[in-house]
Amino acid sequence: MKSFTYERAASPAEAAAAAARIAGAKFIAGGTNLLDLMKLEIETPAHLIDVNGLALDKIEATADGGLRIGALVRNTDLAADQRVRRDYGLLARALLAGASGQLRNKATTAGNLLQRTRCPYFYDTNQPCNKRKPGSGCAALGGFSRAHAVVGVSDACIAVYPSDMAVALMALDATVETVCADGTTRRIPIAQLYRLPGETPHVENVLESGELISAVSLPKPVGGAHIYRKVRDRASYAFALVSVGAIVQRDGTGRVALGGVAPKPWRVAAAEAELPRGAKAVTAALLADAKPTRENAFKLPLVERTLGAVLRDARA
Amino acid sequence: MKFDAPATFNPIDRLKVVGRPTDRIDGPLKATGTAPYAYERHDVVPNQAYGYVVGSAIAKGRIASIDLKDAAAAPGVLAVVTAQNAGKLDKGEFNVARLFGGPDIQHYHQAIALVVAETFEQARAAAQLVRVDYVPAKGAFDLAAAKDAAIKLEPSFGGPADTAAGDFAGAFAKAPVRLDATYSTPDQSHAMMEPHASIAAWDGDRLTVWTSNQMIDWGTTDMAKTLRIGKEKVRLVSPYIGGGFGGKLFLRADALLAALGARAAKRPVKVALPRPLMINNTTHRPATIQRIRIGATKDGKIAAIGHESWSGNLPGGDPETAVGQTRLLYAGKNRMTAMRTAHLDLAEGNAMRAPGEAPGMMALEIAIDEMAEKLNLDPIEFRIRNDTQVDPEHPQRPFSQRQLIECLRIGSDRFGWSKRNPAPGKTRDGRWLVGLGVAAAFRNNLLAPSGARVRLDDRGIVTVETDMTDIGTGSYTIIAQTAAEMMGVSLDKVVVRLGDSAFPVSCGSGGQFGANNSTSGVYAACVKLREAVARKLGFNSPDVAFVDGEVRSGNRSVALAEAAGERGLAAEDAIEYGELDKTYQQSTFGAHFVEVAVDAATAEIRLRRMLAVCAAGRILNPKSARSQVIGAMTMGAGAALMEELVVDKRRGFFVNHDLAGYEVPVHADIPHQDVIFLDETDPISSPMKAKGVGELGICGVGAAVANAIYNATGVRVRDYPITLDKLLDRLPEMA
Repeated sequence: MKSFTYERAASPAEAAAAAARIAGAKFIAGGTNLLDLMKLEIETPAHLIDVNGLALDKIEATADGGLRIGALVRNTDLAADQRVRRDYGLLARALLAGASGQLRNKATTAGNLLQRTRCPYFYDTNQPCNKRKPGSGCAALGGFSRAHAVVGVSDACIAVYPSDMAVALMALDATVETVCADGTTRRIPIAQLYRLPGETPHVENVLESGELISAVSLPKPVGGAHIYRKVRDRASYAFALVSVGAIVQRDGTGRVALGGVAPKPWRVAAAEAELPRGAKAVTAALLADAKPTRENAFKLPLVERTLGAVLRDARA
Repeated sequence: MKFDAPATFNPIDRLKVVGRPTDRIDGPLKATGTAPYAYERHDVVPNQAYGYVVGSAIAKGRIASIDLKDAAAAPGVLAVVTAQNAGKLDKGEFNVARLFGGPDIQHYHQAIALVVAETFEQARAAAQLVRVDYVPAKGAFDLAAAKDAAIKLEPSFGGPADTAAGDFAGAFAKAPVRLDATYSTPDQSHAMMEPHASIAAWDGDRLTVWTSNQMIDWGTTDMAKTLRIGKEKVRLVSPYIGGGFGGKLFLRADALLAALGARAAKRPVKVALPRPLMINNTTHRPATIQRIRIGATKDGKIAAIGHESWSGNLPGGDPETAVGQTRLLYAGKNRMTAMRTAHLDLAEGNAMRAPGEAPGMMALEIAIDEMAEKLNLDPIEFRIRNDTQVDPEHPQRPFSQRQLIECLRIGSDRFGWSKRNPAPGKTRDGRWLVGLGVAAAFRNNLLAPSGARVRLDDRGIVTVETDMTDIGTGSYTIIAQTAAEMMGVSLDKVVVRLGDSAFPVSCGSGGQFGANNSTSGVYAACVKLREAVARKLGFNSPDVAFVDGEVRSGNRSVALAEAAGERGLAAEDAIEYGELDKTYQQSTFGAHFVEVAVDAATAEIRLRRMLAVCAAGRILNPKSARSQVIGAMTMGAGAALMEELVVDKRRGFFVNHDLAGYEVPVHADIPHQDVIFLDETDPISSPMKAKGVGELGICGVGAAVANAIYNATGVRVRDYPITLDKLLDRLPEMA
């Protein structure tokens, strides 16, 4: 870990301004990912802006019947919220499928959204990794890639995005609210938050320098059966090989987002139109441009079978 | 004490203390976090500095240049040690690769520098400033590719590389029912909770190391040899160990580099290996490829059995002795086993819990299941038909005790085996495909000399000192039980001190030999102490009895405290063994039963029930023994379902080198576990009539899981771990 300076921010706007002003500054909230990365010098912020003191830890009803979740709401609290459990069951289930109780107690909503890949080559600073060190190459291509992304990948990076929560937020059409360095705010639909790796896998989202997530808002509830199915090698405390987040209505229409298959939570509008035709058709549309490796090609049939099970459960 | 004739009735047989399910005497310390582990020994020596290890970034080659300037100038840095500036170093007897690499690099994350600083954070930050230019060389990292060039190497433990009896090839060719199948097991990591950690302090030319080590005498010997100093100058202290599983049998880089760092910084230095270095810097269980051939008559008698195993290691390293159990477990006149070792440039392969048998049984016991199916026999019945009460390669050698059949039968009843549908893939429970599996358990009982010192003081307290270690197994408790039984006192009158090279040399902890041998050493010392007490009191008739804190003879009775007197009494002895393990084959036996459920859609595999039935001689403490067995079953479940060090065959290292990537079972993976111990004593094994049990529990459980998965799904997977991707395209059609 490199030495760094530290401050506690007084307001979101000041935090954003400070982050843009000070070279190499980063926000820290729960720290469940950032501190690990700093210990390994994968992240080397010169300055940390602690946002834990900002009053962004409320879950409030919005005027249009939705919910506004403060950026600092802990995963445990979000999963336990009565309104979330009642109206956005997919989100509660996705949260509880992730990490461990201890980590969920610390991890925040915004931090969860911005957590970085668990690619083992990204984590080993002796190895080439375009995401960690642009231009150095990708060791996962041709290497150990069983857990890696199968769709949305590039020749520069096949790292997979790890969050469960974000899969649910994607299916729920969440909006990310931010404060920019100049004090203005903006609203980013979650579908537009993440960038695919292309030639620049180190640039993972559309946030500008200093831009701070202040909240995530959910539109009013859409009803339906909310199912989050996470498939993994062990029963708990493991990242998804594949996860399916689905909201299925009585008429067979609905929404589907995938985790564990792409550099971001994966949702394809055209695929949802296929829902009445069943899992095979939906999967074909979701993974139309898949480029799996030999080691992770199993994720394609696994998505189809998992989605099939989810749709059966939704009907039952 | 030389143990060279089967034990007769002795004070242990009273079973007033031994054989009881006593709570761990170190339990309160562990549960309150006050048992001092190596890295936390802030109290033992002042002014401790922190060392951080730099591991090689390449797997093979050499260091062209190493620039320490920035690291040395970094805040708080006291010293930067490399193999070049550390002075001349030898290599430990038990180390294959050098613990301090450079300029030649033998494996990934071989230690090449130690940065010593005032704080841990300073040392870690400065370690990143060590600049190294490497000249990489081509290495061999792929066992399958190197297999054909593998050579015959005689292992240091576990018998010869090859054995044969009768005419295997002829009998196999003629057998009406045959199996010829190849299995593989991956490299595995011990992945114990506590990392390798040491604090080293010099006092003049004398070195003390507070460390975490299973084998104190091996560690002391190799530390002295590596540093080229006298063994009497080195003291190792390791009273509490947060898991070892064979990963802490040897002197490792943490201890050596702490000693070198302390010498360079001229103050005590502590070093712990970060998790990635535990995986690529230390030892691991080597991967195997195993070919098993079995030929049987139509009535299910094995006529020919052959087991070959290939594994890799650095030059000088041993083969994984995966064929050992096949020499002993089943009858059959015509047999062959062979081990071949390929040169691989991965970190050293070495012992991990039940080396040899653990991966060997994972393969053999699937093969037995497959063979039973070919014969249309129940797999338990097939095993029973091929039981042997003698070493099948040397029929003049009987087993000292062998209750494999009893274990299988009792387990079958208890587990409800008769309810199993032998047709695979036919049992559904909602979304789950359900299956039952069975495997034999087998692990040899190893004998090793073990010493102890016992003192009796004027308060009637019995103090035992031995360099035996407690790696979480319960050594403290069973040693206390042994001394209490021998001296006729209650447990609260016994103090046990372990893990210090100042104490008599014990067998140490490994190979499931710790419990039986270390308590036998304590037994021997107590026999001497009893003699000393009797002699002092002038009790010379054979009726002397040690009961309830008193020593009695005829109508005389003296409190032990009084007998000891102000100066106390002490005795030291060691157990040594004669030829009984040559005359008899000494092994432990068991049966594993597993129920699994496989998700019919996703092929996720979840265990439902596990049962182990063990025949392992006298169980010294059923509570701690049960803990050992359920822990081993858990580790076996991990081996079956998830544990694999993934080799990057281009770059030559284990890629998943942390506990996020190297998955071991979590609580949610482990269902209800039952353990049954047969009421058995083995008087041929030792005066304790006990044997090992801590590794028996892992041997066979993986195959029982695999066989249950086959029963559930009809998919036979021969390559561990059995992950869902290996089942997915072959699952039965969904209803």
